[in-house]
Amino acid sequence: MITTTAIESTAELTEQERAQAARLEAVWREPTGFWGWFKAVHHTTIGKRYAVTAFGFFLLAGLLAGGMRLQLAFPEAHILSNDLYNQFFTMHGSTMMFLFAVPMMFEAMSVYLVPLMVGTRNIAFPRLNAYSYYLYLFGGLMFYVAFACNTGADRGWFSYVPLAGPDYGPGKRPDFWAQLITFTEVSGLAVAVETIVTVFKLRAPGMSLNRIPIFVWGQVVVAFMVIFSLPGVVLSSTMLLMDRTCNTQFFNPAAGGDVLLYQHLFWWFGHPEVYIIFIPGAAIISTIVTSFSRRHVFGYLVLVLSLVATGFMAFGLWVHHMFATGIPQIAESYFTAASMVIAIPTGAQVFCWIATIATGKVVLKTPMWWAIGFFFVFIMGGMTGMFVASVPVDLQVHDTYFVVAHFHYVLIGGAVFPLFGAITYWFPKVTGRMLNETLGQLTFWLFFIGFNITFFPMHLVGIRGMPRRVYTYQPNMGWTTLNQVESLGYVLLFLAVCVLLVNVSRSLRSGAIAGPNPWNAGTLEWATSSPPPQYNFLHLPTVNGREALWDAAPNQPIVAGLPDDARSFLITRTLDAEPEGRDEFPGPTIWPFLAAVATSIAFIGSIFTPWGITIGAIPVAITMIGWFWPERQPAQRRRAREIWQSE
Amino acid sequence: MILFHVPGFRGNQTSLNPVGPGAEHIEFEFALIFWITVIVYCIVLIALVVYVVRRRHSLNIMPEPIRTTPESDRRARHAVGAAMVVTVLLVFTMLIGSFVSGHALGKMNRQSAYTIDVYGHQWWWEVHYPNDEPDKTVVTANEIHVPMGVPLRIHGTSRDVIHSFWAPNVQGKRDLMPGYDTDVMMQIDQPGRWRGQCAEYCGEQHAHMSFYMVAEPAQQFQQWLAQQAAASVSPSSPQVTRGQQVFLSHACVMCHTIRGTPAGSRVGPDLTHLASRSTIAAGVLPNTIGNLGGWILNAQSIKPGCRMPPNHMTGTELQDLLAYLETLK
Amino acid sequence: MNTIKSTAIVLCICAVTACKREHRVFDPGSSGSQIANGIPLNEVHAGGPLSVPDHGPYEQSAYAVGEGKRLFSAFNCVGCHNHGGGGIGPALMDAKWIYGSHPEQIYSSIVQGRPNGMPSFAGKIPDYQVWELVAYVRSLSGQLPADVAPGRSDEIQVKKAEQAKKKEHPPDESPQPIQKGQP
Repeated sequence: MITTTAIESTAELTEQERAQAARLEAVWREPTGFWGWFKAVHHTTIGKRYAVTAFGFFLLAGLLAGGMRLQLAFPEAHILSNDLYNQFFTMHGSTMMFLFAVPMMFEAMSVYLVPLMVGTRNIAFPRLNAYSYYLYLFGGLMFYVAFACNTGADRGWFSYVPLAGPDYGPGKRPDFWAQLITFTEVSGLAVAVETIVTVFKLRAPGMSLNRIPIFVWGQVVVAFMVIFSLPGVVLSSTMLLMDRTCNTQFFNPAAGGDVLLYQHLFWWFGHPEVYIIFIPGAAIISTIVTSFSRRHVFGYLVLVLSLVATGFMAFGLWVHHMFATGIPQIAESYFTAASMVIAIPTGAQVFCWIATIATGKVVLKTPMWWAIGFFFVFIMGGMTGMFVASVPVDLQVHDTYFVVAHFHYVLIGGAVFPLFGAITYWFPKVTGRMLNETLGQLTFWLFFIGFNITFFPMHLVGIRGMPRRVYTYQPNMGWTTLNQVESLGYVLLFLAVCVLLVNVSRSLRSGAIAGPNPWNAGTLEWATSSPPPQYNFLHLPTVNGREALWDAAPNQPIVAGLPDDARSFLITRTLDAEPEGRDEFPGPTIWPFLAAVATSIAFIGSIFTPWGITIGAIPVAITMIGWFWPERQPAQRRRAREIWQSE
Repeated sequence: MILFHVPGFRGNQTSLNPVGPGAEHIEFEFALIFWITVIVYCIVLIALVVYVVRRRHSLNIMPEPIRTTPESDRRARHAVGAAMVVTVLLVFTMLIGSFVSGHALGKMNRQSAYTIDVYGHQWWWEVHYPNDEPDKTVVTANEIHVPMGVPLRIHGTSRDVIHSFWAPNVQGKRDLMPGYDTDVMMQIDQPGRWRGQCAEYCGEQHAHMSFYMVAEPAQQFQQWLAQQAAASVSPSSPQVTRGQQVFLSHACVMCHTIRGTPAGSRVGPDLTHLASRSTIAAGVLPNTIGNLGGWILNAQSIKPGCRMPPNHMTGTELQDLLAYLETLK
Repeated sequence: MNTIKSTAIVLCICAVTACKREHRVFDPGSSGSQIANGIPLNEVHAGGPLSVPDHGPYEQSAYAVGEGKRLFSAFNCVGCHNHGGGGIGPALMDAKWIYGSHPEQIYSSIVQGRPNGMPSFAGKIPDYQVWELVAYVRSLSGQLPADVAPGRSDEIQVKKAEQAKKKEHPPDESPQPIQKGQP
């Protein structure tokens, strides 16, 4: 029987609690040793791996950007050949979008933080979670091994046909790009399913829908967007791959195919993608602004509804990436309207944040600096967004450096600034140690100034007529000085990231011990020790308000009665989060890793022969059988288990 | 709009220096959005900075959270509500402005327009001036002469991958796609050479795929057209005759056309009036004898990956060939 | 340790083969861009043996084969050979090779011309483009690996894509004496 009992809050653990902690420790311990690494399924372990891997890809893509800035610093330069430059910008874009932004902002954040924030012991479907991580890792490795072998994708992160098609894309470069999409999208879809189930069924008792932290709301909205948008790009990249290797005619105009079909499918995903990256950023800003303004966020309902509205509207404006293809005027009007109207929910969020600041007590620690930087940068990106939303203006600025500036302001402003804020904010939770405040602010100022020096001139050079994706330009175009300024700004960005890395590595070794709640923040992840134990919470918490810790009653009850001899968890109802039943998480196992290896072999094999998928399905099936082979003990426990029904 | 009249934005590949009604309508909308967004941006960020400074808490520890009530948030609620109303109004202002300029662009006269066909190639532009009499059809490349003040209908498609036709001073861009025919209306009211460039990534030499639109008075344009419609002049000196032989006996003839000679391949640009064009290699180099020679000998060092192969020939052969090409006015 | 070593070796092999497949030479250098002049490629030649450019890289580079495919249309080979199926000229996608199926032999056929209609392209095509054409022609009968041979074209489909073509086996694959042609 699961009940919630009030406890006396004491700092010291009682004898009984210590015994319970030991039992939980024994049940939840992650396997150790070399093979243990491949068996781990706990969400904090996988979440950390996601974050470190995604950050690694961020650094790689950043270095590629440095190569591009070097090449563009001089007109008609030959530092990179045109062939290499095309690979650089394609790798940069694809990495940032598919291997950094989505895995970092959605997958890493969601996997690590959402179960903690909703007060449960693991993410739903933990083995699927491990599988999704390995697929993501292998996809990224494949992409970069191919790049090292001179097979880096070179047709742009969008790989439009026919340029990436069989007739104009010789070799295997676009095929590797297409399969990178498959890898990352399978892993993204898996995490989306886990997130939705975790949030809707695994919340702590009392965390009804209107008390879910905004960060978690953001991740749920993104999870739904992932489920609805990613099939579009999986479809288009698979059709591209089939055109290239199976000689289908999807995109062959002479045989009744259509090159525009590709663009529609791609942007059906590609536009929501921008919001998939930005919504977690907005959710982080809500969290940081709340914690550092020392008050409940202003306009909770407005913020949540804005996130949901943005999620819906994001699907109604994909065509604004295709205005220049010449679409009917009525469609232009619709998509212009949709693209401009989406500014309204974003505006609502900005006003709510400012209202929170205006009525709170602002503590200017590093995460708050990043939030303030976010306002300066992201709002600028939103403003230039109005230019590209308007069809006539877009016809002038589309595919120029103006757009490059615009989306770097939106994506770096909307994702990287919040992310760096999030790193400083949650680093103590993940590692148990604080980051250095001085170095943190130094990173911020270097990054903020470097960012603006790099990207602001791009607006100007774009208006002066410089198109995107050019490997060089001519000296008499009047673009040289601005490009050189941009390249200098890159140096500051580079230094900023170096300082961040120094800060992280110093803090890992000798940072100040953080304690459970260094920011005195209100959400549930701060209720447990830093770093959290493998079982997350000694006592599963209950919730009494939007900021669980701030609103906790003096004798806030805890969940009692879950057996601690198995990986049990509490299932609650979707709307009011009343306890509904309990179930068990599966334990660590090697099978997800093996299944991911088998799946990767099938995916990579299909680059070279269409039979790759057919034959590759056999090992995938074998590993999946191993994965789902029933185990006796949990099955017996499950049969014997009483299902607790609320009244 | 005055703000934009700084030298940096007066170039010949700049949307803020419009020379025709198309780009003018767009500049109007650009300016509208520019001023609205600049003002909004400044107000929002000033508000942010003021509140951060005013509400800053100097304690180095995190203070206890404030208890808020609906009462204490009332003023903020009103302020946010008002800001939202203003946002909605401004968004719709920009939206209406966008419709107005979009409508103006769509209204340009299609009936009386002069039609020019543009075909995108990897990495150059083929330009046709269709004529009812086939032998008066003019074919040229990378340099589009147009009559001033006359509505133009640019009809285009691509011969290979997607390109985008964009001369920012004149009109917004339009993609040229294989399998699609596309029409875009434009008009140039100022004489001059307005540069354009491919704006859709099209492969190895996307960076070197530009063109010029040359606007001239109608009479001058007609002269130019008549002259372009003529076949090439026959060689008038022994060196030029030898040059023509070099052209016809080397790889040149595999790809290029010179009307009036046996050379008739349509793979590369039509060279019948090469010397009348001011640039070579799709706007990359001025058409001087030195550049032309370098281009012929090793185009790959100038535009790596382009379709023009390096050509080996002796110095005399090259001199003769250049002398011949110089006569193709 | 052994796993690491063997993985490294496998990766290196992959890298080397992949490098060749993706190798893109835009500027073939002065020897590659010499105009193909129709001199027979036999070993006896005044002034010592002629250096025959190594045609291997062309057959291993997907880019070169793709260029060959483009040139095959641009130079109007399709006019007589169709898309490899033959017409005025012989088919190029079967096992029958009147003048030999080896790269050098096809090279000679293109440069020297052959009786009954095959014109000589001597002096008209740079050397490296002839080799690109040779590589493409050989892909028509499936002589090249599937990852190098081109995929379908953006045209009306008249034949299987080169990469899907089964390898034909010309009856006599031993090198044949090269035909004496007119220089």
